[in-house]
Amino acid sequence: MFAYIARRALQSVLVMASVAFVAFALFQYMGDPINQMVAQDASAAEREALRRVLGLDRPFYVQFLVFLKNIATGNFGFSFRVGSPVAQIIAERLPATLELVFVAAMFALFIGVPAGVYTGLHRHGAMSRFMLTISLIGVSLPTFLIGILLILIFAVLLGWLPSFGRGQTVQLGFWSTGFLTTSGLKALILPSITLGLFQTTLIMRLVRSEMLEVLRTDYIKFARARGLTNRAINFGHALKNTLVPVITIAGLQIGGLIAFAIITETVFQWPGMGFLFITAIQFVDVPVMSSYLVLVALFFVIINLIVDLLYFAVDPRLRVERSVSAH
Amino acid sequence: MKTWRNLKDLIRRFAGSDVFFSFKRSPTVVAAFLLTLIFLVAAVFAPWIVPHNTYDVASLNLMDARLPPAWIEGGRATYLLGTDEQGRDVFSTIILGSRVSLLVGFASVILALTLGVALGLIAGYVGGVTDTVIMRVADVKLSFPAILIVLLIDGVARGVMPRDLHDKAAVYVIVLAIGFSAWIQYARTVRGLTLVEKNKEYVQAARVIGLHPILIMFRHVLPNVTGPVLVIATLGLGIAVLTESTLSFLGVGVPPTEPSLGTLIRIGNNFLFSGEWWMAIFPGIFLVLLVLSVNLLGDWLRDALNPKLR
Repeated sequence: MFAYIARRALQSVLVMASVAFVAFALFQYMGDPINQMVAQDASAAEREALRRVLGLDRPFYVQFLVFLKNIATGNFGFSFRVGSPVAQIIAERLPATLELVFVAAMFALFIGVPAGVYTGLHRHGAMSRFMLTISLIGVSLPTFLIGILLILIFAVLLGWLPSFGRGQTVQLGFWSTGFLTTSGLKALILPSITLGLFQTTLIMRLVRSEMLEVLRTDYIKFARARGLTNRAINFGHALKNTLVPVITIAGLQIGGLIAFAIITETVFQWPGMGFLFITAIQFVDVPVMSSYLVLVALFFVIINLIVDLLYFAVDPRLRVERSVSAH
Repeated sequence: MKTWRNLKDLIRRFAGSDVFFSFKRSPTVVAAFLLTLIFLVAAVFAPWIVPHNTYDVASLNLMDARLPPAWIEGGRATYLLGTDEQGRDVFSTIILGSRVSLLVGFASVILALTLGVALGLIAGYVGGVTDTVIMRVADVKLSFPAILIVLLIDGVARGVMPRDLHDKAAVYVIVLAIGFSAWIQYARTVRGLTLVEKNKEYVQAARVIGLHPILIMFRHVLPNVTGPVLVIATLGLGIAVLTESTLSFLGVGVPPTEPSLGTLIRIGNNFLFSGEWWMAIFPGIFLVLLVLSVNLLGDWLRDALNPKLR
């Protein structure tokens, strides 16, 4: 088990290193930072002096190590566009994205799993067919279109919910939260449905197919023969055994949620990191782009590691098999 | 004469096959196929079938801007689905836009397919260090959502190229970005299949008579792995069209002078609040129908080519 986790950890370090390298290369080769800093008529000697002061004349690998040290200490440089430190800009935007992703993930789990169990148990029911059809349409609908449709119905036509922004937020230390005000909560509804709908259908389909698989096994038949209640069989035995793949996919999908938050945030003008990233791409704001990249990669790596560990916690067989095959 | 007979024979064989039978049996699949066909024909012949050439700026009349669809009061019969803020006919822009969307979709699928199949064949057939390197790269890329990779490539291209050059090259950049983000699936599938085929007798026979490995890979192994690749390509077309429209919607896609479906939705989105819903909703419906029918075809193809799943 330890060998397995060590291998995964090593892989994560590799991923982080390569992402950091890409980010560094972006910094290094997309435009000469000296040109942005000196006056138009600066002489070659002045440029050279500044280059030496900033350490840009040092060998490639030394600069890369300095870059790594800077990220590790939270120094992401300055935004070309806004001029303030990137770390500060991201810290302001981070709570908005994380709250949105959290609510969307909860939505996906608490709708997706029960819907999957229901469609798995009542395979041929009219309600199941209806839910499956809806989910197929949900997969074919692009995220931004779902957002537009929701805005059209609930904001423009009915006027029930706000169509942009976070509403009123409350500042708790460095964290600005929308959970504590009514307008903040109302503003969360449409974006989180938009963001979570794809994951909801995905989890629903996954739970359904796993349930169908498990319900066919002998131990379920045996449990029925023992006269257990349907409730005990369906939830105690069947659902529990579908959880391993569900945890994996759900975990990995949180990464997907962070990425797709870019789209949702653009549709709803949600002041989060994804919106920041799109603006950075449009204006070629390299420090913001590469910092976002490093940060998202970090989220991904951590999530993947947690999922790997959860795997071991949920499925005792894995622990045994792995340690046997390792010998 | 002989080729004609061969063709007839081929058609007869196809009409009697399992695949055609399962096609005929499902009305949904037939409908999806017809719809896809209509979309393709409309896209290919778009310049000849659109009622208004919306690329021709001189023909636009600002007096006709923001007209509702023909069946709503104030609409005109020549503008079936209404007009946008520049007086462009929405129906025509949709047909011309789907042409751009499908072009980007097909081009990026071909790129991803070529890259993925070649790398998958090599990884599976050669094995060893080559295999490890290719598959590790695939693993790392797989841990990131495709949309992030696409956005990153597009961002880099923007940084490297001067602005006017980038606008001209935008379509190629997007094809490259989408194609480059999608090769992994092909590579993984083809590698797995190649590992199986590699040990079969026909490959060993080819090796014994001294054929070059490249010849064995592409002439002997490749034809035996095309089924699953076809399925991935069909589903991949839907994903590519969606990705392109997402990029264009975000404003980092194809330039607005030749709008794709995503660009149209983006433009229309600005007029949603003033109640002029047709500019965003009609391109949206077209996009969804297109992707839905391609997805249905892909799903069916997967089931039909893999009898084990039935």
